[in-house]
Amino acid sequence: MEILVCARRVPDTSENEIEINAAGNDIERDELVYSMNEPDNYAVEEALQIRDRVGGNVTVVTVGGEDDEEILRRELAMGANRAVLISDDVFSGSDGRGIAAVLAAFVRQGHYDLILTGVQAEEGAAQVGGMLAALLDYPFASLVNSIVVEDGKLRVSREIESGNREINEIELPCVLSIQTGINEPRYVGMRGIRQVASLPIPTLGASDVGVDQAAVGGKAARAKRVDYFIPALSKGALILHRSREENAAQVLELVAAKGGLK
Amino acid sequence: MARIFAYIVHRGGAADDSAAELLAAARNIDSTVSPIAIVVGWGADLDAACDSLRASYSEIWKIANEALAYPNAELVRQALVSVLLPNSILLVPHDHFGIDLSPGLSIKLNSAFAPDVVGIDGVEGDFLKIVRQEFGGQVSAHVRCDISSGTVINIRPGAFKPGPSASGSGVVVDKSSAVGALEARRHYVETIVAEAGDVDITKHNVLVSIGRGIQEKENVTLAEELAEVLGAAVSCSRPVVDAKWMEKSRQVGSSGKTVKPKVYLAFGISGAFQHLAGIKGNPFLIAINKNPKAPIFQVADVGIVDDVLEFLPMLTDKVREMRGTSAK
Repeated sequence: MEILVCARRVPDTSENEIEINAAGNDIERDELVYSMNEPDNYAVEEALQIRDRVGGNVTVVTVGGEDDEEILRRELAMGANRAVLISDDVFSGSDGRGIAAVLAAFVRQGHYDLILTGVQAEEGAAQVGGMLAALLDYPFASLVNSIVVEDGKLRVSREIESGNREINEIELPCVLSIQTGINEPRYVGMRGIRQVASLPIPTLGASDVGVDQAAVGGKAARAKRVDYFIPALSKGALILHRSREENAAQVLELVAAKGGLK
Repeated sequence: MARIFAYIVHRGGAADDSAAELLAAARNIDSTVSPIAIVVGWGADLDAACDSLRASYSEIWKIANEALAYPNAELVRQALVSVLLPNSILLVPHDHFGIDLSPGLSIKLNSAFAPDVVGIDGVEGDFLKIVRQEFGGQVSAHVRCDISSGTVINIRPGAFKPGPSASGSGVVVDKSSAVGALEARRHYVETIVAEAGDVDITKHNVLVSIGRGIQEKENVTLAEELAEVLGAAVSCSRPVVDAKWMEKSRQVGSSGKTVKPKVYLAFGISGAFQHLAGIKGNPFLIAINKNPKAPIFQVADVGIVDDVLEFLPMLTDKVREMRGTSAK
């Protein structure tokens, strides 16, 4: 099976306190810790496991800049067969539809049976996978938390409400957005990354993938961020500032006062 | 002004809570226009769902089709493309169904898409100004959305408070004949209901809830010790289940359990909206997190900026001290 995983490098929200810059038009990006978008990491692992069961190749692609080579290198170390960076100044300011258009053009140049994305990235939009599928006219399923390969189709489980799972059969080729927890992504150490240091990562531009340049970039974007802000709080927590021991004593008093002690 | 539609999620003949929330969101776009409810499905459940909306929506479009007896997003998309007017504004709840449906629908309608919207600041000319959250809720953003060729807007559940219901005499319009044969390359098979776990976290008055800040599986013991001395249960947020540190049955949130404790102690939980959606009944919420920017502090009653791995044992000791039992 030929599998394509669309991945991204993002600021790691679990490692960073996100601050807004002075102009209010971006977050402070100096000193941010970047990493692979967490759901994308699960998507790569899932692709590798499927390949190892049924054969084929895993290609990882990202639309971004040269800094993003770092995660592509990491995915090669995880075991991906090929990594491709798609990068071009004309993509700057693209919205989700623009990124999906770039990926769709790339997909049309190759032959992929299965395309995986992470369910969402740092914007929490959860949009590119579904848009890509619609542009390609492939079937799509989101929030996928298990995949079983059958003859010419997949049996996939989607995460729905209350921990329940919705089982679907989906024909190939298709696009799936992968939910976290679907597998246990393998660890990649510095040694593994050094071993793939010499593997080539081709960089393709807009004309290489043949995307219609009117469909990408800030001019084509229909959704544009105006600014970042911190919303005024209606309430907000009362923050306890004393010593750890005093804070613990106060928490205990509060728990008792709210009827929380048996 | 384009027509505004609201996609109604319904189960067992009753409209979901999101129906009233979408109505509230529509009024923030244009308070003078009455949105049209779109209800797809089949049989008596569909008719009952349409009927239940007559109290709040003035116009309800019913799309009956046997293929839509289960709302497979691929089929629903085709039905909506057939009936929606050009350049419509369509509101959809941003739940597991809306995430499945809306991005692809926006492509097929050649419309803009606004995902996971938490606020709407109205329309200026061809532009709708919306509010979203990014980076796990740590910052918010204003987004300008070009609606000149329509837009699909996914509304975050719980973000818009339902207003008083209007007429009580809504009209149901049958649009079924506008939809042709529906075919998809994805087929719904069945729904598997979550297994009950060893502990029912929905039955407890006090929850010691842990998140990513617990860092390692071994540290879960710290929460279990506190829960034991408090007579509480340990629950968790999604990353703890993803990492296989606790069973799925312990997860609080929209894809886990909905809990209604009196006291909720959140240790190392950032406070993603999907987690908060599982906490009902307005419990007294105490949050401990080392990141002062964590969104959990916006909803907690009391907060402490500290390392949970240090704070948890300290609190356990305090409880033992009070109970007059020495540490094991």
